Amino acid sequence: MSVTHDARVQLLPAATAQRPAIRTWPEIDNPAAWIVAVILLIMPLIANGFFLIEIFATTMILGTIALSLMLLAGYAGMVSLMQLTIAGFAAYMVAVFGTSDNANISLGWPWWLAVPMALVLATLFGTLGGALAVRTEGIYTIMITLAIGAAFYYFTNQNWAIFNGHTGINNVATPRFWGVNWRADIPFYYVVLGTAALCYFAVQYISRAPFGLALQGVRDNPRRMAALGFNVNAHRIAAYAVASFIAALAGVLQVWNYRQISPGSVSVGACIDILIIAIVGGITRPIGPYIGALIFVLLRTFALDFLVEIGLDGNRFRLIIGLGFLAIVFWSSDGVIGLWQRWRNGVNESKRPATPRPGGGHGHG
Amino acid sequence: MTRFVERHPVWALIAIIALAILLWLIFAVWPPGLEEAIGRKRVFLNAVFNGITLGGLYFLVASGFTLIFGLMRNVNLAHGSLYLFGGYIGYAISASTGSWILSFIIAFILTALVGVLLQVIVFRRMEGQDLRQTMVTIGLSIVFADLMLWACGGDFYQIQTPSWLIGPIDLPLITAIKSSGEPVYLRYPLVRLVIFLASVVIGVAMWLALNRTRIGMIVRAGVDDRDILAATGVRIQLVFVLVFALGAGLAGIAGVVGGTFQSLSPGEDIRFLLASLVVVIVGGMGSIPGAALGALIIGLAEQLGSVYIPTYAIVVTFLIMVLVLAVRPQGLLARR
Repeated sequence: MSVTHDARVQLLPAATAQRPAIRTWPEIDNPAAWIVAVILLIMPLIANGFFLIEIFATTMILGTIALSLMLLAGYAGMVSLMQLTIAGFAAYMVAVFGTSDNANISLGWPWWLAVPMALVLATLFGTLGGALAVRTEGIYTIMITLAIGAAFYYFTNQNWAIFNGHTGINNVATPRFWGVNWRADIPFYYVVLGTAALCYFAVQYISRAPFGLALQGVRDNPRRMAALGFNVNAHRIAAYAVASFIAALAGVLQVWNYRQISPGSVSVGACIDILIIAIVGGITRPIGPYIGALIFVLLRTFALDFLVEIGLDGNRFRLIIGLGFLAIVFWSSDGVIGLWQRWRNGVNESKRPATPRPGGGHGHG
Repeated sequence: MTRFVERHPVWALIAIIALAILLWLIFAVWPPGLEEAIGRKRVFLNAVFNGITLGGLYFLVASGFTLIFGLMRNVNLAHGSLYLFGGYIGYAISASTGSWILSFIIAFILTALVGVLLQVIVFRRMEGQDLRQTMVTIGLSIVFADLMLWACGGDFYQIQTPSWLIGPIDLPLITAIKSSGEPVYLRYPLVRLVIFLASVVIGVAMWLALNRTRIGMIVRAGVDDRDILAATGVRIQLVFVLVFALGAGLAGIAGVVGGTFQSLSPGEDIRFLLASLVVVIVGGMGSIPGAALGALIIGLAEQLGSVYIPTYAIVVTFLIMVLVLAVRPQGLLARR
């Protein structure tokens, strides 16, 4: 018990302890955050359809799934490998309740009925999985959530009645209303951007709300929190419920993005990709998963061309991802934002050697 | 055993009844009504034997996994990669020399060597940080999987069964009675039985080594409290390296076994990683008898499930895991 508990603290160096008690949004007085926001808003003017959807929308969808993992791992100390499974479950539910080419499976509900249904079911699924996972601690959580994810993958492969086996469900209908095709590049980009921003600020808010603070207390010392009268397991399960809802939202966007869902999208490798995204980006702040997702998507899209360019085999994309992940785990416990923070602190300290180390916490971006 | 019966008489009774029913199903000649209800006895017996031999294979993979976890608290998620690596090595050796036995020896040595390198180069640097170690093993499994895909391609490989093990043998188990009154005996591939016996021998040898030798005593003490053990002057790092080598080597052997009676391809590493995860979750982390029991349960559930409820076989395995987690989160045979 104490061993796993120590490990959790070591993975997350006391970032929250240094965080000053800000009552307002940290983004408001940060120029970088405003610049990023403006660029994201006017992106359709700059980028073409390929960049808009294949790079930025995909980044934000993957980033939102990883954000749900960040919420669990960063604030509650539970590394869950089933977040992608929850997103995939929501995606399947949209396909099953909505309209698709597989008329014998899809029920043909309108999107405004199918999507809430999918969200509710996926949140339930994730909460039940979480309730199982919180029965154990620390590294056991990884194993159980990985087992759940893998079981779901094999189940979708074998089940033809609901999940249509390994071919999956194709040509899932996307919403059209108010005369707008919401899957067209630009409207869809704004839908994804809006959802991602909503989730980002929700997690940012939770981290400072009483619930989030209690959650961080549970992460750092569950026994003391239990002694203070907090229901430790209830907090953990509630964290799973919130994270499941966020992952489910991203899952709905994902099925609209690709218009199809198949077991390949919920494979074990894809589950682990989400962990990689979150760890590479950094799991102490909500912006981390989005940075990790951007790196991941850029690598996935351009690594092939790049590798061929420098005369290597283009198929070794996963090797690069794996080695990069190893390097991050070896040298920075806080991903890319940790490296950036350390570099900035180094610059600051060399400028003002007499001042004490600046508080690592206050947000940028 | 007696203490378990005293403490949980109801569970013991249920277990004994289940075991008795299973034994009766295996040894008795089925009455015609039963055959109508659940099908031919030959199908059932084949599923049971496949389940038990698959359980033997799962035990080989999971015992190394659980041994490493028990001593070093290292959830080695690259264990499946070691399995696949051992299988590819075994294939290369048996294809080039034609010797099945030699492929076991070399696969064991090479995977054990990889294990030693992992422990010395990687895991020793981050001792006690189990979550970080787990992350590293995830990264390593990705790198290994891609390297093996690079080297071996995406093809299926099957290791050639040696000629003296090819072919079925008759087992003294009656599957049916012919109308002439002549009994029909079960025919079963010899190689699977040999592999199962070998895994039983390995399991018993491990149990004896852990419980009856000095090294085993040190390992068990390390499982209980490695800090105190180190304080008594035992060279714990050496023990770590040896245990990691043994666990990795077992995964390599299992790879050769799996390559002989199933096949080797990319993706098998994840499959066997998942299998060993479920096996040790069911059996209890860090316990060798637990791994044996869990492997048997999962192997049987998978094979019987795939015969009688084909579309939901994986769900049965998963339900067993959920049930164990709900009733006994630490696993069936864990002490805590």
